[in-house]
Amino acid sequence: MADYNAKPLVKVEGLYRYYGARCAVSNLGFTLSRGEILGLLGPNGAGKTSTLQMLAGNLAPSAGAIHIDGIDLLDEPLAAKAKLGYLPELPPLYPDLTVDEYLDYAAALRRVPAGRRAAAVANARERCGLKDVGRRLIGNLSKGFQQRVGIAQAILHAPAVVILDEPTVGLDPIQIREIRELIRELGKEHGVILSTHILPEVQAVCNRVQIIHKGKLVFSDSLKGFAERMDATSLVLECRQLPGIKELQALPGVASVEKLDKRRARLRFAADADPAEEIATLAVKGKWGLKGLSPEYKSLEQVFVELTTGDEPDAEPVSAAQSGVQPRQDGAPRLTP
Amino acid sequence: MSTFTIAWRELRNLFLSPLAWVLLAVVQFILAWMFLASVEGFRGNPGGVSGVTDQVAAGLFSIASIVMLLVVPLLTMRLFSEERRSGSLTLLLSSPVRMSEIVLGKYLGLLGFLGLMVLMLLLMPLSLAVGTHLDYGKLAACVLGMLLLVGAFAAAGLFMSTLTRQPAVAAVSTFGLLLFLWIINWLGQGDSRYQGVLHYLSFTDHYATLLRGSFDSVDVAFYLLFIVTFLGLSIRRLDSARLQA
Repeated sequence: MADYNAKPLVKVEGLYRYYGARCAVSNLGFTLSRGEILGLLGPNGAGKTSTLQMLAGNLAPSAGAIHIDGIDLLDEPLAAKAKLGYLPELPPLYPDLTVDEYLDYAAALRRVPAGRRAAAVANARERCGLKDVGRRLIGNLSKGFQQRVGIAQAILHAPAVVILDEPTVGLDPIQIREIRELIRELGKEHGVILSTHILPEVQAVCNRVQIIHKGKLVFSDSLKGFAERMDATSLVLECRQLPGIKELQALPGVASVEKLDKRRARLRFAADADPAEEIATLAVKGKWGLKGLSPEYKSLEQVFVELTTGDEPDAEPVSAAQSGVQPRQDGAPRLTP
Repeated sequence: MSTFTIAWRELRNLFLSPLAWVLLAVVQFILAWMFLASVEGFRGNPGGVSGVTDQVAAGLFSIASIVMLLVVPLLTMRLFSEERRSGSLTLLLSSPVRMSEIVLGKYLGLLGFLGLMVLMLLLMPLSLAVGTHLDYGKLAACVLGMLLLVGAFAAAGLFMSTLTRQPAVAAVSTFGLLLFLWIINWLGQGDSRYQGVLHYLSFTDHYATLLRGSFDSVDVAFYLLFIVTFLGLSIRRLDSARLQA
């Protein structure tokens, strides 16, 4: 499993980026250790892509420092970039080349020695499910395969850090599953940072979550801590014969009841209570004709609203790494308001 | 190392697009027609003051320079503008490669292609060696002049393609700049105050000296300085794009 005591692979401190007067990224700081898959979550225009572009050395930060495996990206860009693999939003492909030609070129650019290049290309192709398309023109491949070629060029030199900007965009559900599996695989030996605005994606592959909103880090925690945030505080009860509101209100742990229609009612409860089990038992006993009892998860938007308009909106978010606390897999400290 | 990787890729990429093949064919056809016309002209008046090398070869190289003026912008327009537009420049930018290596690699790749064009041009006057005696020194000066000229064209075109994401805009501005430097000495013919400067900046004057077969280091230095300047500007431009974009 991940070794969190190792030196951080990526260390970002006080990162700022201005486009003219508009501040796209503001005082961003975090770390990434080997074996971690960090999900960068945020609505469109939150500054995810700008952040990743800066990490990959494609965009110069207005202020701040980025260290890749202990090497300063701004002082020694070549040494730092050699440890990076980057898949931008738009895969950087040459449509006129075949997959093999392209990957061979990418490997040469990444300073893979000529003798090991063929093996590196074959390995990357194998891992990204491109075995049968090596001789086909990239321009003729489907969007999903092009995306895989983009991922292949990011991992073929076995970089310490892999940066993926919305890696599953435009893929079909089967491809998405395969790519997620690949990302989990990558996370075992590399550090992975991926950006997305799709919530289930983070839940499926990441073990750490950071939420960026308007260029600021508003949330940084392990996936478990994040899942707690998303936890349900309401249930929808569906019965053939719905009991009276009063009866429902009297149920243990239920704070309020809202009747939705003849058969369905929404039950809210306190964050620490989960009355589902008891409701089910009562429903069977009372012969309500229970048809469904489903927890309502908060949507990403709701979490955003909570995070951005929380109790202490001006509080400076402190990530675990910044405060010197090593993030733990289980119940990492909740740090944001 | 990376420079040659990029140069080799660039050269091979050129041949993957029909544009390069079509340009080679069209240019060769037009120049061959001109070559035939000048050979015919020489046959009609063989006892002139100048020899066959001057009349046929230098004449052909002189006309070919104008054809190159039209052709080079079409080849340089895509170098960076298209890569920036399609996002494939990211591959180079996120690789452990210096900006100077990227620019130099692309430049050398294109220069390889232009060298091939010059070689095919050279083959035509060389074919006369079968039937007559050629002045090889003069021919070498012509080739050197042509290589320096297209090298300068390409450097200017490469810089223009770093300025815009639209290949057509890059082509038009390159053509404008080159044509301007071509005719810059039309002005100030009678005025000695800036005649010197305008003549020094003119592409034609330096080229004409070499076509006459006289090798002057001033002319060679002019082209080399021109190339270095525009390549340097391109590197700076791409570096600052990273700061601004």
